[in-house]
Amino acid sequence: MAVIRDMIPPFELYQPAGVDDAVRLMDEHGSDGWVLAGGLDTFDWFKDRIKRPAAVIDLGGVDEIRGITGAADGGLDIGAMTSLTDVAEHADVQGRYPLLADAAGLVATPQIRNQGTLGGNIVQDTRCWYYRSGWPCYRAGGNICYAATRRSMNREHCIVGADRCVAVNPSDTAPALVALDAEMVVVSTSGERTYPAADFFIGPDIDIERMTVLEPGDLLTRVVLPAPWEGARWYFEKIRDRKSWDFSLVSVASTLSVQGGVIQDARIVVNSIAPYPVRMGAVEAAIRGREPSDETGHMAGEIAVEDARALRHNDYKIALTRNLVRRSIRDAA
Amino acid sequence: MEFLRRALNPWGEDVPIGVSWDLIWAAVIIGAVFVVVHALMVPKKVGTGEVDPDEAEGLPEKLQRHKPGARGFHWSMSATMFALLITAFFPVIGIQFPWVTIHWIAGVLLILTVIYHIYHVFAKQDFWTMWIDRRDIEEGKQGLKAALGKADAERPRAGKYPVDQKMFHHVAMVATLGAVVTGVLMMFRIDNFLWAERTYMFSDATWGWIYVIHGVCGIGLIFLVIAHVYFAIRPEKRWMTWSMINGWIDRDRYLENHDPARWTVPEAGTQAAEAEGD
Ligand SMILES: Cc1cc2nc3c(=O)[nH]c(=O)nc-3n(C[C@H](O)[C@H](O)[C@H](O)COP(=O)(O)OP(=O)(O)OC[C@H]3O[C@@H](n4cnc5c(N)ncnc54)[C@H](O)[C@@H]3O)c2cc1C
Ligand code: HEM
Ligand code: SF4
Repeated sequence: MAVIRDMIPPFELYQPAGVDDAVRLMDEHGSDGWVLAGGLDTFDWFKDRIKRPAAVIDLGGVDEIRGITGAADGGLDIGAMTSLTDVAEHADVQGRYPLLADAAGLVATPQIRNQGTLGGNIVQDTRCWYYRSGWPCYRAGGNICYAATRRSMNREHCIVGADRCVAVNPSDTAPALVALDAEMVVVSTSGERTYPAADFFIGPDIDIERMTVLEPGDLLTRVVLPAPWEGARWYFEKIRDRKSWDFSLVSVASTLSVQGGVIQDARIVVNSIAPYPVRMGAVEAAIRGREPSDETGHMAGEIAVEDARALRHNDYKIALTRNLVRRSIRDAA
Repeated sequence: MEFLRRALNPWGEDVPIGVSWDLIWAAVIIGAVFVVVHALMVPKKVGTGEVDPDEAEGLPEKLQRHKPGARGFHWSMSATMFALLITAFFPVIGIQFPWVTIHWIAGVLLILTVIYHIYHVFAKQDFWTMWIDRRDIEEGKQGLKAALGKADAERPRAGKYPVDQKMFHHVAMVATLGAVVTGVLMMFRIDNFLWAERTYMFSDATWGWIYVIHGVCGIGLIFLVIAHVYFAIRPEKRWMTWSMINGWIDRDRYLENHDPARWTVPEAGTQAAEAEGD
């Protein structure tokens, strides 16, 4: 990471009181505008003087997208400005979606979870340090990836989904939301759109400068969880370098619908191995109709890494993915 | 409007990283203006049908203009060129899809096509038919006067290729070769199964200029393709376009537009047989 200089370059600060105002301002400023939620990703960029927006639209006062309520079909509706602590500690989330509670509760530190929002956690940028240092790589609009060469420091980078850029998606809540079939509600001046969580994240093959479908002017307002599967089993595990706080090296989120001892349906999602949370469709298909046993898990782990390709320093991620997928089936509870 | 995209590299040097994407629109607008102005100014003079019976004697009704190999080259070139233009520029203007792999594979196919063309030109065709000589320059001058409506000007008959086509060929050749050479180098920066990455083969500035040249040639090709397609569908040129599909032109078109002294068709008998066979 670059040296943090304490002075942030000047910008116009806007503090809208509602979604309509916020999207109008975002539309007005387009790519010169920046949405501010908890500020944990944002202020890194600003203090390093790498991103220098002319206008900052602070969502702090947009209360209508903060909080958790019941959704029409028995699911939950979580405002994008809800803090990660509130998500992790909410009784309904803990009771009915422990997968999300686990994932949100494992993000960083208590202080960061108090300040960081679910929306910001989902939309946060990659942690690739070449990019974070302000180097003009592909993701920054340039013509080079500093991380993909044989001499690069790429221990934390991806093993699938690379397309010139080999960065990974760092979010802990993202794989959980994909595994829960969540829907992302996006509002702009042209109206409201909804994306299945799996389609919300995009890879560098589609757009090397974005990690999600959001374009300038788009505001993520809510995350809607459908009613959980009958008798669902869950699993979340995050592997990181140290137990105190850190971004994941690999994380896995799974949901299994098991009836009569047999897997009826499954969502297996792995993050931090690709520029987006990877939903393992081939694994899900292969384990349907089987028992959630170690044998099934073993087979699933092998399938999960079939397309994986290590960079110079990250082949350990292949073994990690294999084992996490195995455990996410065998140990789902 | 800016011409280059620039960035500060890790050593703080200001280096080019590519061509400005505004130029895409400049090429499209210039292409559209060219088409409209040309369409309004130059009348669609479809053939008069007046040919000299002496010249026609002994010539078959259908004369072969493009051998199957030459036609194969042309259509392979156009398919790969469209694939390259679409994969390169659609994502930039907002129609996003995974483009890089399709792009470089189309690029490799284009290179194979060009290699075949070079072989074909030297081995099977007359290299000099594309050469611009003094008669072409005269033909060009007269042609321009005639096109601009000068009363007494008449465009002289051409060799196998009219001078404007020759000029198009040479400009397109330079732009294509520019894109090909730089494209091959750029493949050292991306993951491909032909050769390994060599990201630091050149300095940042050199790489930057390689990207700039690739972009400039690519954007130039936008204009050239617009102009080329426009001429191909103009009524008075359609017989030529057809010949790129079926291989032959009819005798009257030949005598009307080409100087038999400058483009001598092979033996009438063989010619007719070949044309029939296509
Ligand atoms: C030291 C440290 C450790 C961390 N460790 C982890 C970790 O282990 N796991 C993990 O998952 N995360 C981790 N994070 C990330 C952190 O948890 C935050 O969730 C994240 O950085 C952004 O949340 P935020 O609310 O602060 O958003 P901001 O920083 O304000 O915004 C982040 C990005 O999202 C955009 N944005 C925010 N909200 C919206 C919205 N509603 N609509 C559209 N765009 C929006 C902003 O424009 C910005 O680009 C860590 C961060 C730090 C600083
Ligand atoms: C002839 C028509 C061609 C056009 C119009 C064209 C256009 C483009 C454009 C506009 C880009 C984006 C460049 C940038 O980001 O600055 C690009 C990238 C690329 N082109 Fe081409 N190109 C052509 C031919 C080729 C050929 C023949 C090859 C190779 C065989 C090639 C290989 C590549 C590669 C590898 C990239 C990606 C480089 C990167 O992102 O780092 N191109 N092309
Ligand atoms: S991995 Fe992506 S973000 Fe990192 S240097 Fe390469 S292009 Fe940039």
